Amino acid sequence: MAIKILTEHINKPGIETFDVYRSTGGYAAVEKALKMTPEETVEEVKKSGLRGRGGAGFPAGMKWSFLAKPEGKPRYLVCNADESEPGTFKDRYLMANSPHTLIEGMIVSSYALGAKTSYIYVRGEMLYVIRILEKAIAEAYAKGFLGKNILGTDYSLDLYVHPGGGAYICGEETALLESLEGKRGNPRNKPPFPAVSGLYACPTVVNNVETISAVSWIINNGGEEYAKIGIGRSTGTKLISACGNINKPGVYEIELGVPVEEFIYSDEYCGGIAKGKKLKAVVAGGSSVPILPANLIVKTANGESRLMTYESLSDGGFATGTMLGSGGFIVFDEDQCIVRNTWNFSRFYHHESCGQCSPCREGTGWMERVLHRIEYGHGHTHDIDLLVDVAKKIEGNTICPLGDAAAWPVGSAIRHFRDEFEWHIKHPHEATKKGAVYRQEAVLV
Amino acid sequence: MIDHTQTQVRFPEETLQKVQEIIKRYPEGRQKSALLPILHLAQNEWNWLSVPVMDYVASLLNIQPIEVYEVATFYTMFQLQPVGKYVLEVCRTGPCCLLGAEQLIEHIENKFGIKINETTPDGRFTLKTVECLAACGGAPCLQVRLKREGGIHKYYEFLNPEKFDELVETEWN
Repeated sequence: MAIKILTEHINKPGIETFDVYRSTGGYAAVEKALKMTPEETVEEVKKSGLRGRGGAGFPAGMKWSFLAKPEGKPRYLVCNADESEPGTFKDRYLMANSPHTLIEGMIVSSYALGAKTSYIYVRGEMLYVIRILEKAIAEAYAKGFLGKNILGTDYSLDLYVHPGGGAYICGEETALLESLEGKRGNPRNKPPFPAVSGLYACPTVVNNVETISAVSWIINNGGEEYAKIGIGRSTGTKLISACGNINKPGVYEIELGVPVEEFIYSDEYCGGIAKGKKLKAVVAGGSSVPILPANLIVKTANGESRLMTYESLSDGGFATGTMLGSGGFIVFDEDQCIVRNTWNFSRFYHHESCGQCSPCREGTGWMERVLHRIEYGHGHTHDIDLLVDVAKKIEGNTICPLGDAAAWPVGSAIRHFRDEFEWHIKHPHEATKKGAVYRQEAVLV
Repeated sequence: MIDHTQTQVRFPEETLQKVQEIIKRYPEGRQKSALLPILHLAQNEWNWLSVPVMDYVASLLNIQPIEVYEVATFYTMFQLQPVGKYVLEVCRTGPCCLLGAEQLIEHIENKFGIKINETTPDGRFTLKTVECLAACGGAPCLQVRLKREGGIHKYYEFLNPEKFDELVETEWN
């Protein structure tokens, strides 16, 4: 049985209540942390090697150690629960089923950072999750784990939930802070980084739900124990939300290092491709990461077994690899059209671009229009190179990573499925027939 | 349809208390932070955000009306035109499309004789499409704000035309 850190008790009846959560050993990390110094707490997280689970994979302990501590200024911890990356639904699953897991992590992390007020920014659509969190927070206050002088110590903390309003861009940490201040979600220029000037121009740490939730286990068991789980610099466990053409869509907590092939075909996880079809492609870490054809997701270009780790998934760079990203694992079977999906993703990024930087504002719409005409049988032969060119000119030229996120799916789809795009352009009549799909036997698994 | 220019826009007493409680979550002088939560309350009260409603929200927070307009127009959850009693917001993003979202949208259009962003003549349903709702494991899915449940957006997952027809009869009355 694989180790479970975040979801061990998630199916226990009543786990959303304080008492049941407490009976499984919940809130022990708060008791332990309050007997340690904040610096010791940060040190354990550093030792654990825990990396940001929102997508970027930046070491959490290092992010924490960058937090400025000027006299007379409050510091803030903000939890990023604005889960909106297509393919990703792990945070919603965790918060809705076991809200105290996040709340306990928030208390311990706030203590480590010296935050007296912390916020959980939840995407507005998940108002029902907000209700669940607020109920759990009220219980934690009533039991003395939140509020003034927690468990009789000098440490006091207020924790609030804040709803978003429906904007993917607010998952970017500085856009999230703007949004929390009651403004449009336009990302800020960096530097200054939030660690120096974040919420209300005060030092702020923004962490993903899953990252913060893992902190309690690290405090209870020690950073070194956590670092023993997983492989190399991919320590610990990761929630993977699997969807698309598979038999068992859902959220799975895996020990980092599980082979991708096992994750797709084992009954413990995805349970194989639905309806006995062949596997065509996978987007392994949310819509922003490069799509890989089946043969390259199962094995690296060197023929090694591809593993679910930050390093193995990115093996080969963007030429033949991808990224672990947020853990949004989207599976495409042999009947899916890559051109149509790429157009769909392009429309998403065009819709969600905040409009601040012209390469992204104009480029995402441009890519969407070109992909639309290819998909609907009006493409030109030069359109493929045009797409590559536009994508390259967005990448790296915007304030926030949304530009990159919009460019990568287009660039990778053309890199790996160029002949499918060409087929659409050369045979528009055939390609626009209902249900028509270009079959590419060479990549199917 | 409520004409907000003709009636006085004011939250019930209970909601006003809630507004004060929300403002207290943020440091003094940072009451603008309460804008998104209060716009959600306003939308649930009046079904959509008209200019008089947004002006009222500005007055509650002691900020300029333009500060409310620019936020309300940025976030997709806020309806700036009158909408039906139930706004069906169907996910149109990749993972849902792999499992039939486009067919579902087509079915709804045909069933009600409306296109996306239109409202049925009886004012019961407005059809909208939205981007990823973080429910890809239950694809295809849609969300509906339910006033009777305090304005939560309820998710309906694993949909198909038959299941949708059933929900029309049993759930959205």
